[in-house]
Amino acid sequence: MMAGRGKWISLAVLALLIGLLPLVFPSGYYFRVGALIFVNALSVIGLVILIGYAGQISLGHAGFAGIGAYACALAPEHLGLHPLLSLVLGAGISAAMAALIGKPILRLKGYYLAVATLGFGILVSMILTNERALTGGPDGMNVADPGLRSLLRDMGWRLSGGEFWYGISGLVLLVGAWLALNLFDSPSGRAMRALHGSEVAAATVGVDVARQKLRAFVISAVYASVAGSLLALQNGYITPDVAGFLHSVEMVTMAVLGGVGSVLGATLGAAILTLLPQVLTVFAEYEQLVLGLVMVLVMIFLPQGLLPSIARRLKGRDA
Amino acid sequence: MDALLQFLFSGLTVGAVYALVALGFTIIYNASDVVNFAQGEFVMLGGMITVFAFDAGVPLPLAAVVAILVTAAIGVALNKLAIEPARGAPVVSLIIITIGASILIRGATQLVFDKQLHRFPAFSGDDPIRVLGATILPQSLWVIGGALAVFVGLWVFFTRTLTGKAVLATANNRIAAQLVGINTGWIMTLSFGLSAAIGAFAGVLVTPITLVSYDVGVALALKGFAAAMLGGMGNPKGALVGGLLLGCLEAMTAGYVSSQYKEAVAFIVILAVLFVMPRGLFGAKTTERV
Amino acid sequence: MLTKTTTALVTLAALGALSGAAQAEIRLGVSVSATGPAAFLGDPEAKTIEMLVEQLNEKGGINGEKVALTLYDDGGDPNKARTFATRLIEDDEVVAIIGGSTTGTTMSILSVAEGEGIPFISLAGAISIIDPVREYVFKTPHTDRMACEKIFTDMQAQGISKVGMISGTDGFGASMQAQCKEVAGDYGVEIVADETYGPQDADMTPQLTRIRNTDGVQAVLNPGFGQGPAIVTRNVAQLGFDVPLYQSHGVASNAFIELAGADSAEGLRLPGTALLIADSLSEDDPQYEVVTSYTKAFKAAYNQEVSTFGGYAHDAFALMADAISRADDAEDPEAIRDALEKTSGFVGTTGTYSFSPEDHLGLDLSAFRMLEVKDGGWQPVE
Repeated sequence: MMAGRGKWISLAVLALLIGLLPLVFPSGYYFRVGALIFVNALSVIGLVILIGYAGQISLGHAGFAGIGAYACALAPEHLGLHPLLSLVLGAGISAAMAALIGKPILRLKGYYLAVATLGFGILVSMILTNERALTGGPDGMNVADPGLRSLLRDMGWRLSGGEFWYGISGLVLLVGAWLALNLFDSPSGRAMRALHGSEVAAATVGVDVARQKLRAFVISAVYASVAGSLLALQNGYITPDVAGFLHSVEMVTMAVLGGVGSVLGATLGAAILTLLPQVLTVFAEYEQLVLGLVMVLVMIFLPQGLLPSIARRLKGRDA
Repeated sequence: MDALLQFLFSGLTVGAVYALVALGFTIIYNASDVVNFAQGEFVMLGGMITVFAFDAGVPLPLAAVVAILVTAAIGVALNKLAIEPARGAPVVSLIIITIGASILIRGATQLVFDKQLHRFPAFSGDDPIRVLGATILPQSLWVIGGALAVFVGLWVFFTRTLTGKAVLATANNRIAAQLVGINTGWIMTLSFGLSAAIGAFAGVLVTPITLVSYDVGVALALKGFAAAMLGGMGNPKGALVGGLLLGCLEAMTAGYVSSQYKEAVAFIVILAVLFVMPRGLFGAKTTERV
Repeated sequence: MLTKTTTALVTLAALGALSGAAQAEIRLGVSVSATGPAAFLGDPEAKTIEMLVEQLNEKGGINGEKVALTLYDDGGDPNKARTFATRLIEDDEVVAIIGGSTTGTTMSILSVAEGEGIPFISLAGAISIIDPVREYVFKTPHTDRMACEKIFTDMQAQGISKVGMISGTDGFGASMQAQCKEVAGDYGVEIVADETYGPQDADMTPQLTRIRNTDGVQAVLNPGFGQGPAIVTRNVAQLGFDVPLYQSHGVASNAFIELAGADSAEGLRLPGTALLIADSLSEDDPQYEVVTSYTKAFKAAYNQEVSTFGGYAHDAFALMADAISRADDAEDPEAIRDALEKTSGFVGTTGTYSFSPEDHLGLDLSAFRMLEVKDGGWQPVE
């Protein structure tokens, strides 16, 4: 439906937003929120591939974010690896884990898949919480600074921590979005999307169902892992919350809220849920109430998610 | 030997709590294929409302009835306001709706009541009953008995009553059910009301043991969900067996292996069972419709 | 949509900046976990600080300047805590920060505050917050290690040398569990059993049975907070497990006795602060004044009992207000930090604080009092 052109429009919109927003930022705090949105959006794009393209659900993806985050915390200390290489290592471990558990898990459907992925996520967060000697337990641990900012400073480019991580997260998000949009139009992406309609139907037209599901699962795990790593690196401190059940639910909510089939929608969903607690600080007492209400209302009135529903309305008006 | 018996008592107590939550899932699931992640909040509401009514001077049995009725009304409202309008939405959307509803209920409870822990007295006192060197609290017997009673009630409801069969028919094929004269709207209302009432009933029974605060629902829903999936979603037998099994697994692991990883062992067993039986222990076999 | 939200945010921020500039105020920032899994800590902390700021401003503020409080609820999420710390410093332009209900959130706030040079008083227990000493970071709660030391000192006096531990896996319990294991040896105490339970567990009899069946256990120690310790206390009574039970300062409140049941709790001991025994404190006790006025005011404002955690927040705010009043320039974070470090002999609800360049906690073991449940209430042990 939306071949080449749609892809470049999406990327251009994203790039413009990332590039131009800093012009209106009144303080360094906005860079921090921006960077958080981009990191969240990155992991949500992974879920767009898994849920939106391939039609599978996961309530345990924070587990992969946890693997990525703790790889960046542990590998520099214990293996002497550079933090950026640790990010790659984390992504590798996440991919391997996803491939390993994905094989049996993905035979399950619907709620059974949900509980299996949930179990995986809980196991990861439990290990991170219990292995105190290694991970610092529930109190968390420090993450070494990757030293990139000082490298830039030596080259004469002075950036605050907020600005620096805004830029890095924005760039990684753009690359992630570009890859996901490419996948959408590729033969493999089309095969994945065929699953979403009906697995039986997809199988009869020659799609290797198990293989495509596993591929989507592994790719989305890598997205979550990289996002987890970026979060750990920019926070400089990490706790097992990153792998917790609530984080998994938050990720799925962002994806579904924005529009689970769309990369731009994922970014929008991430932006809304990241901004909500920041906007609601004046009524912090009502934060949960409002969050719950937003989730329910959007799903009832815009079941496709915000962006696709809005896009459809606009199109309908044109016609 | 007395240690084993003690672990078993503990496992049955905790397992009965899980089973009560899991049983609450079954009716709504059977009527609508929706797993209601707000089920844990019903349990919490049952406990919280009873506590506050009791503290306000209402006798405990009456406070419990009030809590169950109010929670049932909230369940019906949930269906009317959030589930019915989203009929036909994909599974992911329904999960988000019920999770959203649970966050909303939690947020409202925190505003209406408070964020403190509460408890009301056990029904039959706190003097433990001794059996062969092990001990069990009278309240545990109430919880286990409650789980069994709800199970029997549901089993009779689904197999022996017309309404129960109508619930199953509604889940199976809504339009066909309407064609044979079943008021599916009413069935949905009934299902949510009953599920919420069972949840609140569970909350009333377990609060003297587990204590209650506005945020106990998440963990309960999670364990109840896992128990229901282990047993096979939708089957009351699965919910009961799944819950008791999960509780005993945790207690035995804590007693004989490591208390640190008791939940890990439980989830590994669930994963293993699902690999072999993808629809749980007592789940029905179905094929995908094209 | 995105840009619209941003515009709204910008407008809000601009309004905030305007109102801030209009009157001379001392801007104080707070980020605590008023909701979420650590609400047990953060809720009384938030209430305490809100109450104290109101009281102070009614009295005319600090040296005639009112305190403008910006309070955020980080929900116990370290990620949010870091964002709020950034917001407090860069957007709200506060001169000092109080908060960090948990060690995780404290560590997140700490790195921002330290990086920007803003004095920060933490409300969390871990020793790693102030050891090694960081220039801008102070804290009011005793460390978990001190709680362990106080307990083991009492055990030693009772002739107890073999202890079974059962700890919550939440941050509080896990941290104290680790600290206690580290210092037990110094007091001739051996941890012969080491069990844990999840924060939401309903029954701990299996773990306690294991402890009971361990050879030579003379006492049980339960680091934890929330419902766990209440259930452990009930389970110990249920099992008829007749050894001394020690709880931590995490449950030092009157509500705990009610939750655990007066019968089950009878005789248990814990290291607590003067707050818990406000009624029985003698009038010549140095803490009498501060403890009674705080407990009375809190009870009047919220119809709720005070807790140790609210006490930490009380002390943090009192210390900060004191430092600001003494600082050369009340709007200069650097000057406030310097004044804070010179604090000496300041009496709070938790104990008497004396900071120095080498010590940013400034409490010693004497701040803890060993308390025992007697006839359903807290009593100091001789």
